[in-house]
Amino acid sequence: MELRRSLLVFAGAASVAAMLAAPAMAADPIKIGLLEDVSGDLALMGKPKLNGSLLAVEEINKAGGIMGRQIELIHLDPQGDNARYQEFARRLTGKDKVDVLIGGITSASREAVRPIMDRTTILYIYTNQYEGGVCDAGMISNGAVPEQQFSTLIPYMVEKFGKKVYVIAADYNFGQLSAEWNRMILKDLGGTVVGEEFIPLGVSQFAQTIQNIQKAKPDWILTINVGAAQDSFFEQAAAAKLNLPMGSSIKIMLGFEHKRFAPPALNNMHAVANWFEEIDTPQANDFKKRWHAKFPNETYINDMGYNAYTAVYQYKQLVEAAKSTKLADLRKVIATGKACIEAPEGQICIDPKSQHTSHRMRLIAVDAKHNVKVVKDYGVIQPYWLGQIGCDLTKKNDQKQYSPSDLPKK
Amino acid sequence: MDSIFVEIFSVLYQFGDVFAFLILSAAGLAIVFGMMGVINMAHGEFIMCGAYVTVGLVHGGFPLPLAQACAVIAAGLIGVMVEVGIVRKFYARPLDSLLATWGLSLVVTQGMLILVGSSVQGIGTPPGSFMVGEYTFSVYRLVLFAGAVAALALIYVIFMRTRFGIYARATMQNPRMAQALGVKVGTIYAVSFGIGAALAGFCGALYAPTMTLIPTMGATFIVESFVTVVVGGANVLLGTAPAGILLAAVRTSLNAWAGQIIGQIGMLVAVIIIIRLLPEGISGFLTRFHR
Repeated sequence: MELRRSLLVFAGAASVAAMLAAPAMAADPIKIGLLEDVSGDLALMGKPKLNGSLLAVEEINKAGGIMGRQIELIHLDPQGDNARYQEFARRLTGKDKVDVLIGGITSASREAVRPIMDRTTILYIYTNQYEGGVCDAGMISNGAVPEQQFSTLIPYMVEKFGKKVYVIAADYNFGQLSAEWNRMILKDLGGTVVGEEFIPLGVSQFAQTIQNIQKAKPDWILTINVGAAQDSFFEQAAAAKLNLPMGSSIKIMLGFEHKRFAPPALNNMHAVANWFEEIDTPQANDFKKRWHAKFPNETYINDMGYNAYTAVYQYKQLVEAAKSTKLADLRKVIATGKACIEAPEGQICIDPKSQHTSHRMRLIAVDAKHNVKVVKDYGVIQPYWLGQIGCDLTKKNDQKQYSPSDLPKK
Repeated sequence: MDSIFVEIFSVLYQFGDVFAFLILSAAGLAIVFGMMGVINMAHGEFIMCGAYVTVGLVHGGFPLPLAQACAVIAAGLIGVMVEVGIVRKFYARPLDSLLATWGLSLVVTQGMLILVGSSVQGIGTPPGSFMVGEYTFSVYRLVLFAGAVAALALIYVIFMRTRFGIYARATMQNPRMAQALGVKVGTIYAVSFGIGAALAGFCGALYAPTMTLIPTMGATFIVESFVTVVVGGANVLLGTAPAGILLAAVRTSLNAWAGQIIGQIGMLVAVIIIIRLLPEGISGFLTRFHR
């Protein structure tokens, strides 16, 4: 019952019509397995991800599919439960025999799925920004990583607001590793962490945290709190007149807190992102128009939804260049360094060494009325860190996640 | 000298904040679960209902206090309907009532997700803050504390000082005897459940301006509400308030000393110890002690 409810097989009318009209052309569809939470606590972010995938599949199918093959999207809803992620990943790869698996929101869900995918020869695309460091030939990451987000944001915040930082982070792998990145970058800049607080997921009350921050007197706060409950921090901090500048790798473009909370709760929030709905370029505006035409009730096109959309196009490019859906053939295309597409943000390419994606990064700031403006444009930033520390997937498949304190052995 | 006063005030403020969260989360459940013995897994959804009605009405132009009052009434009325439609069939089968209300909770959260979407825009906390020493505090958090005390006072007045309260307590103790004496047992159950639901709605209405509004928001209150009620025991008046004070003291001190993770773990460990030593909760212990 639960499975039937959450099983959504998307086959556009166009694809059915095409198959009926030209049976000779009707090659088997390419099956994309999709794991996104559209119920449970993360539905808020999972829904735009599903929509992004649906939009891309519809567009590609209308334009003739991938190498003339239509895409069949098989979406299952893991409801934010990592055990279900594993169960559904096994089901999609084993029973449905998908050609590629896309999805996962939290880093915990990605790390739950990755070992299962490593035992198959099926490509896995993770579409979120994250704490970085996964060196795994079976996975492509198309979200932004710390060298794109923290190496830009933290120097800016230190220069603009000061060297004393207070960190509030969600207590799981994403929060812990992001805090580690912050410590490393801050050390090079001569800054200090005057407080670091890890918050259990689901905690919604922050009076004590707010007071701790006031006591520590930081120049700014790094907010890498995660989930709807922890977002209550912003409202409660604003009510207590905390009035400190904030920086984050996930707020605004990902959780669209500036649309969910009444102003001025997110005043003075800064983030570095490859996508946020306020981007104002012709390509981005065209993409937004298509999205809102298909999903008129979408509150905000967040970066995860955008990444989910571009992931399907990246996969299309790989398959068409390789003329194959086999992982080994796709990786040969990646190894050439020419796995690039024209995305709404501009051109993005997959880095051969780490299989992460280059992005055009912009620093955005929110004002008291919750308007978002671009403060700084960094241009295209490569995902260089993994290559720098010695991950080279063209030579060796580590299947491991590294962090600044856990580097590969030389 | 001044700084000592500041620290004492801040500790009291934090204690009051945690206490308010525990009591407001638990007040409705204390009646429904503590007194009536119905394991209401949809308790969080009554809280969500209170929050959503409040926010909806404020977006519709109502002033906040009026919207909150309407939310309490709405939650109470829905509570009565749920009692008559679902819970009533399960008084003889408490474990089935757990399943039925859990099902209800799933239907409601998913239904809200489909009907109103994955989030609703917040309304903002009423402005107002004050400074003590180097700290600034939100006035609204004091309103929450006052709300918690008011909820306890209301429960006391309703169940100890009114005719309905006497009938209700008689019904909870021995429904057949109460019925034989002419008490309309069905009505008493429905109204009691309605009061429980209204108190849950009160919690949601009060916290609505301070929190993220998503269909599953009730879940953030569930752990606190159940542990407070279980530690308090069957008697709401003797149990819930002391349980709130005890757990808030444990959590506040651990929060301040070692952060939120230890605060949460410490509170749950305290619950395990208390239940081990006082299986009937604080009120069970106090009643026995009194005898």
